[in-house]
Amino acid sequence: MILTLARHELRRMFLAPLAWTILAVVQLILAFMFLGHLEGFHQVQSQILGMDNPPGLTELVVAPLFGNAAIVLLLVVPLISMRLVSEERRNKTLSLLFSAPISMTEIVLGKYLGLVAFLYAQLALIALMPLALLFGSGLDFGVFAAGLLGLMLLLAGFAAVGLFMSTLTQHQAVAAVASFGMLLLFWILDWAGEGLMGGSVLSQLSLLNHYEPFLKGVFDTADLAYHLLFTATFLTFAVRRLDMDRLGG
Amino acid sequence: MSGEILVQVDGVSRRYGLIEAVKNLSFNLRQGEVLGFLGPNGAGKTTCMQMLTGNLAPSEGRITIASHDLLEEPKLAKRAIGYLPEQPPVYRDLTVDEYLQYCAALRAIPRAQRAAACDAVKQKCALTDVGRRLIGNLSKGYQQRVGLAQAIVHLPPVIVLDEPTSGLDPIQIREMRGLIRELGRDHGVILSTHILPEVQTVCDRVQIIHKGELVLSDDIDGLTRRMQSSVLLLGLRRPPETRVLQSIHGVISVETDGDRLRVFYQPGNDPSETLTRQALEHDWGLYELSHQRATLEDIFVKLTGSDTPSETPA
Repeated sequence: MILTLARHELRRMFLAPLAWTILAVVQLILAFMFLGHLEGFHQVQSQILGMDNPPGLTELVVAPLFGNAAIVLLLVVPLISMRLVSEERRNKTLSLLFSAPISMTEIVLGKYLGLVAFLYAQLALIALMPLALLFGSGLDFGVFAAGLLGLMLLLAGFAAVGLFMSTLTQHQAVAAVASFGMLLLFWILDWAGEGLMGGSVLSQLSLLNHYEPFLKGVFDTADLAYHLLFTATFLTFAVRRLDMDRLGG
Repeated sequence: MSGEILVQVDGVSRRYGLIEAVKNLSFNLRQGEVLGFLGPNGAGKTTCMQMLTGNLAPSEGRITIASHDLLEEPKLAKRAIGYLPEQPPVYRDLTVDEYLQYCAALRAIPRAQRAAACDAVKQKCALTDVGRRLIGNLSKGYQQRVGLAQAIVHLPPVIVLDEPTSGLDPIQIREMRGLIRELGRDHGVILSTHILPEVQTVCDRVQIIHKGELVLSDDIDGLTRRMQSSVLLLGLRRPPETRVLQSIHGVISVETDGDRLRVFYQPGNDPSETLTRQALEHDWGLYELSHQRATLEDIFVKLTGSDTPSETPA
C-alpha cells in the first residue's frame, strides 16, 4: 500500500515539468562546480605531489562536490516537497486517501518514499560525475561511499522536513518557504556555537556538524543516529498533523 | 428493505470549537436502501458524510460500518465504503485510466483483478470512451462521473455521495439519478442533497437534518404525505369577508397573501369544490385556485416550528 502511494507520487512528480527542470538545473550547476574543482585539482597537482601524505582526487574533488550538492539540494528540496500534501489539501483530494483503507502513517510514509526516491535518483545522477573519473584515475571508494551515505541521510532529513511543512498549509509557496527556512536554520545552528549559553547544545543539533564528518570519510554511528532521529521526528510530526485534520476543528 | 444493516450510527456528535455541527445523530442503513440526507446548506450534511467515511472523527458516539467499528478497525470499515465528496477528488494531471487504476490499488483490490474492476466501473459510469483522456480536460459532468467511478470501483457495500448532482446539467442529473437508483439495488447508498425532487425520485428513505439535528426520519411515502399541503391558493377579484370563507366546511383559517388568499383546511376535507361553487354563485370573480405545493422550506418551517418552537425557521 505504501509502495502504491510512493509510485503514484513519483509518477505525478514526473508528469509535471518541475521535476525534470529540477533534475536538469541541479545537474548543470553541480557539473559546473565539479569541473571547477577538477580544474583546481589540476593546478595544485604538481605542488601536492611533493607532500608526504598528499590529499588525493577524492578529497579535493569528490568531497567538495558533495559539500556543494548538499547546499544546492537544501535550496531545491523545498521546491519539490512543497506540493506533496498542500496541493491535495487545496484540491480536496485528501479525502480520497482518508476514506481509503490506509492509515495516516502509511499515507505519510508513502508520500515520503516517493519523494526520497526522486531525490535519490537525483543523487545517482550526481554520483555519476565522480564515477566518470574512473576512466582516467582511481578513487578512494571508502571516502566516496561515506560521502554518498552522508548525502543520502541528509536528503532523507530534508525530505522529512519538506513533507512536514507541506502538511501544515494549503499554500505551496508557504510550505516551500517554511521548509527552506527550517532547513537553513538547522544548517547554520552551529554558528550559535561559541560564547552563548547552550551554544554547544545547538551546534550538536546542527545538520552541518553531522554531515561534514561523512565528507572526510568518517562514519560515526552518532551521526547516523542523529540523521535517523531527525528524519523520524519530522515524519512523526507529519503523521500527527494529518491526524489533526481528522480530530481537530 | 429487509437487507442486513450496513451502517449503524449511534449518538454521534461533532463539535468545531464551540459550534456543534452535528448533535446526537443516530440512524441505520440497510442493504438495498437509498437513504437521502436532506437539509439546507450548512445543516451539517457534509460533516455527517465526512464522519461516516473516516475523514472526520466524531466528538462523541459510535459509527459501525459492515459490523466494523470505524475507530477501532478503521481499515476493515473503510474497505466497505466508497465516498464521493462534494468536489470529486480527482487528479487533473492523470488520465481516467491511470486514476482509476490508482484508486483500485488504494482500495486494496488485488493486482490481478484491477483491470477488470476498472473496466467494469468505466462501463457502469459510461467512461469507456474517455479512458485515455486527462481528467483536467473533461467537463464537470464527466469529472463527477469519474468521482463516482472512484467511489464504486471496489464494489463497496456502502456508498456515500455528497451532493452527487451539484453542477450537472439536467440530462446529466437524470443519468446520475438513474445510476444511483441502480446502485441502490445491491449496495446501501447514502446521499446528501438540498434538492427535494431528487430525494423523491431516488431515495427510499429520507432524513431531514437541520442545524445538526435530525428533525425527520421517514420513508418516501411518509414524506410525500407530509408534503400534501393543506393549503389552497385562492385568487378572487371581489373577495367576500374572510368570515364568509371561514364558514365553509373544512376551512380552518384564511390569510391574505398579496392580492391572493391562502386558505388552510383540514387534511382530507378539501373545500375546493365548495369554494368554486360559492364563487360562481356569489360572483366573487374567481381567477385562480391552486393547491400550494409544499416546498422543502415549508417542511422545514413546519418541522422546526412545531418540534422546536425556540428555534427560528431556516
